[in-house]
Formats: sequence, structure tokens, C-alpha cells
Amino acid sequence: MGLSASSVGLGAADLGRQIEKKRPDDLVVALAGNPNVGKSTVFNALTGLRQHTGNWPGKTVGSAQGRLEREGRGIVLVDLPGTYSLMAQSAEEEAARDFLCFGGADAAVVVCDATCLERNLNLVLQTLEIMDRVVVLVNLLDEAERKGLHIDLGKLQVSLGVPVVGASARRGEGLEECMRAVLGLCRAKSSPSPLRVRYGDGLEKALAAVQGRLGPTKLSSRWVALRLLEGDQALLEKLEDFEKSPLRLRLGPALDREKRRLEGLALREHLVERIYATAEGLCAACLRSDKAGYDARQLRADRFFTNRYTGTAVMLLLLAGVFYLTIVGANVPSELLSRGLLFVEGWLEGLLLGLGAPAWLRGLVVDGGFRVLAWVVSVMLPPMAIFFPLFTLLEDVGYLPRVAFNLDRCFQRCCACGKQAVTMCMGFGCNAAGIVGCRIIGSPRERLIAILTNNFVPCNGRFPTLIALLSMVFVGAASGGAASLLAALLLTGLILLGIGATFLSSKLLSKTVLKGVPSSFALELPPFRRPQIGKVLLRSVLDRTLFVLGRAAAVAAPAGLVIWTLANVQAGGLSLLDHCTAVLDPFARLLGLDGVILMAFVLGLPANEIVVPLILMGYLSTGTLVELESLASLKTLLVANGWTMCTALCTMLFSLFHWPCSTALWTMYKETGSLRWTLLGFALPTAFGMAACALTAGIFRLL
Amino acid sequence: MTRLNALPPGASARVLELRGSEGMRRRLLDLGLTRGARVECLYASPWGDPTAYLVRGAVVALRGEEAGGVLLL
Repeated sequence: MGLSASSVGLGAADLGRQIEKKRPDDLVVALAGNPNVGKSTVFNALTGLRQHTGNWPGKTVGSAQGRLEREGRGIVLVDLPGTYSLMAQSAEEEAARDFLCFGGADAAVVVCDATCLERNLNLVLQTLEIMDRVVVLVNLLDEAERKGLHIDLGKLQVSLGVPVVGASARRGEGLEECMRAVLGLCRAKSSPSPLRVRYGDGLEKALAAVQGRLGPTKLSSRWVALRLLEGDQALLEKLEDFEKSPLRLRLGPALDREKRRLEGLALREHLVERIYATAEGLCAACLRSDKAGYDARQLRADRFFTNRYTGTAVMLLLLAGVFYLTIVGANVPSELLSRGLLFVEGWLEGLLLGLGAPAWLRGLVVDGGFRVLAWVVSVMLPPMAIFFPLFTLLEDVGYLPRVAFNLDRCFQRCCACGKQAVTMCMGFGCNAAGIVGCRIIGSPRERLIAILTNNFVPCNGRFPTLIALLSMVFVGAASGGAASLLAALLLTGLILLGIGATFLSSKLLSKTVLKGVPSSFALELPPFRRPQIGKVLLRSVLDRTLFVLGRAAAVAAPAGLVIWTLANVQAGGLSLLDHCTAVLDPFARLLGLDGVILMAFVLGLPANEIVVPLILMGYLSTGTLVELESLASLKTLLVANGWTMCTALCTMLFSLFHWPCSTALWTMYKETGSLRWTLLGFALPTAFGMAACALTAGIFRLL
Repeated sequence: MTRLNALPPGASARVLELRGSEGMRRRLLDLGLTRGARVECLYASPWGDPTAYLVRGAVVALRGEEAGGVLLL
């Protein structure tokens, strides 16, 4: 749930070539590494920025840069997307490789996971082929120690031929040392001569022959020669552009001759095999393990969380439990906030009166703008401030990949990818963030399915609406704790309905416009980690809650002004609002709603949070929002306006299934680059919701 | 000849070679499933597919189809 300004596309998200140097002599340092090795933690600790971190691979979707100063020298740190390799099979790998090759980095830091060093050395060795000025940061040393793994960093440094620094980034250890090593490398007159992977006689001969004819190149000539032999056309075009030389044309027949000589050798497999063999050799020399095999406690935990019975039960319990805590915890602060804001309202009114403002202006500002804003703040803030930290804890522990693992079979049946489950979890926070998160899905077809169906899980803007309606209509009779529990269970039911709809529509898409077979899953399951509770609380409240709330508030106040104006400007004896709702009413009735509700959903396009306040305002002849101290008074108002059980149910269904908010739509457009897919992303949940509502209303009419 | 998807939880073996589409082979290679690499089957997901394997110190979940492309010694 990488929810922040950058992840919903409001800031710099993509890896541009634009490096923001403050001074011309700033050093550019790339931060590379496998997914989920703590790169973002290192980045945040060093730059003081707050990139979102979490215990699941692929969470850094874009790439960030930040500047720091050490020993009087400016360093621009560029956080590359996590990759296993630089052989460019995914967009992330291509972005990382291109930056290392052509991005003008002065040095690179490759962050490694000490608990699986062998696989991480694969990336280190590949990076060393591209550039010499590399610092290897062996992170998670504390975790490795606990697992009984001891790494001889000195020996590794000698073997690799570049500085190796040990670190425990979560505790902030080793990072300054790493920066010193980077500065040392950049200051040194000569660059280090790191370990080269030997590829066996046949290939080495071919390499030497090509390298000999290449002459001097800007990039490592050995690496260029390897890529020429490999013949990846897209890369070679970029490479020729960078080197400003038609390499393939220049080498022509010689290159073909060498390629022919290598025929029969599965080159890519051979390269990876040799790199891994080298990594194995390094680990054999530098790594000592006290305990054999996989950690028994982790295995027990894993088996529990992924067992058919316990795993599924835990998933459901966690879902319901999080909602229960959110509902119970939000009651009291919501009321307090509401009272506080009422007080502010009185003060604001008094101020405007004192300034001699005319009645229409007071109405516009206080009854229009301020009341909608107050509703959004008092109803939204408490549940978010509870939900986000709880969810972030689950994320930090490493639970989300297990959900993907558990549910993958269902997604496979729908010809989709299990990683979609992770993007749905992010969608609970914010659908726009969920849509960006779909980048973790490798297959473009499956990624599109995930993007188009993300809106079926209700985001944080829709929870309060659902909770308020649920509590009011269905739970009114019950009291206290029982009421909250019932509301949580009903909400869980609604969410499960949304998840069911996701499966159904994913299947529908893969049988129609997005035909195809399920591709691969290949998801890494990181170890469970003790969550950093303090940090989680701070980060989720400051970064997520306030960010989302700010966005909602920014929309709420102007929307309040608009609806107040509509409700108070008369034309032909009726207010403009009445005219609009009258037009929508017949159609809305078909869906079990009424004109006002549908109008509120239409006007709520910029943010789902404002739907309920807009409905309330629409019902009041004065065109202002009543003071709603309790849900009971809300209920009285709704019932007076003809609400029945059917209306409430249909409103909830429509809230769950309708068009994505404008931010989500914009994100969808940016991620797919296509107006057609965006329109489908708009139409799909809308059609679904209309069908569900019409069906429900029909059933109620028959009863 | 055994394939990785036939390996029961708790058992381990070495990789002989990879079969299947180019893209799938490359992904498996990057995860460290090269010839001779040791793989251990850890546990299956609730409905039997995918399955979690221990490869070079990391736990990786593979679908039956992917694991079926890994021939074992």
C-alpha cells in the first residue's frame, strides 16, 4: 500500500533521466538491489526522505532521488527499482540497467540481503560488469546473525575487488560507512578493478576477438562485447546511440563469425550459470552457516499462515478484525471531532457576522464549504488514523505476500496473477495507489486486468460511507460492542462481495477483451519480520492519513460551495439542484436509489468521501448540511426522505461498485496510456453496480 | 525423470535443466535455478498450487506449471 504523493502520481514517479543536481559537482550515486532487501530503508535513512517501505518485494514502483551532503560533497542518491538481474526482462530491470549504463551515475551502491547472499551476488556481479565504482552494502546483517549466518566481509571485499560494507539499515548501522566508501571511490584517481566472471574458454575467446575490434568505448568494452554477442536489438540501438558509433555495422562480418562459433551454446543460460557459479564460489569462501536448512520457526509460521484451514481462517479473521478495531476505535474520536468542529463553526459564523458579511456569503462559506469539510474530517479522520497503522503493521510484518500466495490459485482460475491480491490490499488504502502498484505484475495482460478491477475493493474514502450506513440501518437496534461487531462482520461481507466481483470480472476480461493464459507467478515470500511499531505509527499517520485527508478536504470544501450554490439558486420556482435531481430521478429509481443519491455520486467523482454529505445536503430544503451529532438524527433525516432498507442496501452496493474517483481514473490513464482502457475501467464497475442495484431493487419490489 | 512440481514438501534435489518458454526460463534462472542448484520444497498453498521452494536462501513461490519446467537430477 505504497500510498504517498509520489505513488498516486502527484509527484515524481518515473525514473526520468532528469537528475536534479544542486551543484554541478554533485555526485550521482545509483542505489540498486534485489527486491525487498531494504533499499528504500537505506534511501530514507540517508536522504531523510520518506519513500514508502514495507516487507514485500516490488513495493518501490517508481524510483526516487534525494540529495545529501557528506564531507562537503553533494550526493544525489537515485533509488532504482528492485531487480534480480540486469538482463532486462521486465520494465523495472530495463529501467535499472539503462540508468546504470546511460544515466551518468558516478558510482553505484548495490544493497544485498545477507540472508540470501548468493542470489544477491548475481546482481552484484552483473553490476560490476557495467561499472567499476561500486560499493556492496551487505544489509540485514542482524537478521543473518540470528539465522546463524556469518559473512566474512573483509574476505568478500578482497575477492570482489570493491569496497564491501556491512549494515543493518533498519537500525541505521553501516550507512555512514557506506557513504564514506562511496566518496573514497569517487575521489580515488584510479577506479578499482573488480572481479570479472570468467565465461569459459569458448566464450572468452569470442569476447576477446570482439573486444579487440571494438577499440575504446565509453562503457566497459567487455560488457559491450557481451551484449553484441547476445544480440539484443533494442539494447544495441540504445548502446550505439550512446557510444555514437554504429557498432554492429562496424564489426559486421567479424561479429557474425564469432556468433556462428558460439552457435549451439544457450548463451543466456550459460551467462547466468557462470555468474551463479562465481557467486557460489564467493559464498563458499566467505560465508559460514551454523544452522543447516531453513529456519524452523519461520517454516512453522509460514505453514500456519498458508495452511488450507488455518491460513484461510486467519485471512478472514484479520480482515474482520481490522474493520472491527477501526469501527470501535473510531466512534469516540469521531464524536469529539464533530463537537469540536461545531464549535469552530459557531466561531466562524460569528466572525463573518462581525465582519458584516451578507447572508448569502455566510451561507456559502459556513453552510456550504465548512460543513462538508467538517463532515469529511470528523467522519474520515478517525477510521483512517486507525485503519492505516493496522494495515501498515500487517505490511511491515510481511503478511501481504502470503495473501497473494494463498489466493493465487483463485486468480489462476481467472487467468490472472496472484500478485493482484497485493494490489487489491493496496486498493483498500487508495485505489490510485493500488493501480500504480499493479506494476509488480509482470505480464501486461494480467497487469491490465488488475488495473481495471482494482476499483472493486473499496478504498478508504468509501469505508466511512459504508460503515456509517451499515451502523445506521442494520445495527441501530443493537448496542455498544455488539453493534460494532455486527457492523464489522457486515462490512467484511461487503468486502468479500467486492472480492468475488473482482474474480468474476477478471475472468470475464480474460475470456473477452484480454484473452490469454495465466503466465507466471514467481513471487518471493520474505521472512516474517518484527514490525517497527513506532515508525509504522508515525509514518502511516503522517504520510498516509494526513495525505489522504488533505486530498479529500481539498475537494470537499469546493464541492460544498458548488452544491450549496446549486441548492440555493432558484430557477422557475425550483432550485438548480432540484432540477438536476428531477432529471436523474426516474433512472435512479430503477437502481433502487433516488435522484439526490445518484447526483451525489456524480458530484462525488473527485472524491468518494463527499458522497454522504452531498446526499444530506440535497435532502435539506435549506440547502445546508444539518448538524449531525448522532447517527440516529441522520437516520431520521433519511427516513423522512423516503429511505427504505432497499435504498440503504442499494446505496451501499453502488458505493462499492461504481466509477473510480477522478484521481484513480487519471492514474489509470497514466498507467495504461490509453483512453480506451480508462473508459473500460470506468464502465466495468459502473455496469456491475447498476446491474447489482437494479437486481436488488427488483427483488425488493417483488417481495 | 522428476520435475520440481513432483517434489514433496520437505524433499530437496538439484536442478538438471530448465524447459518451457524463453521468458519463463529466464525468470527461473534469475531466481537462481541454474543447473546444479539445490532446491527444497517447503510447503504448498491452501489449494495445492502454487508451492513455496527454498532456492539459494530465499523462499520463492512457483506455480505448478513453472515448477514443471524444472527438471531435477
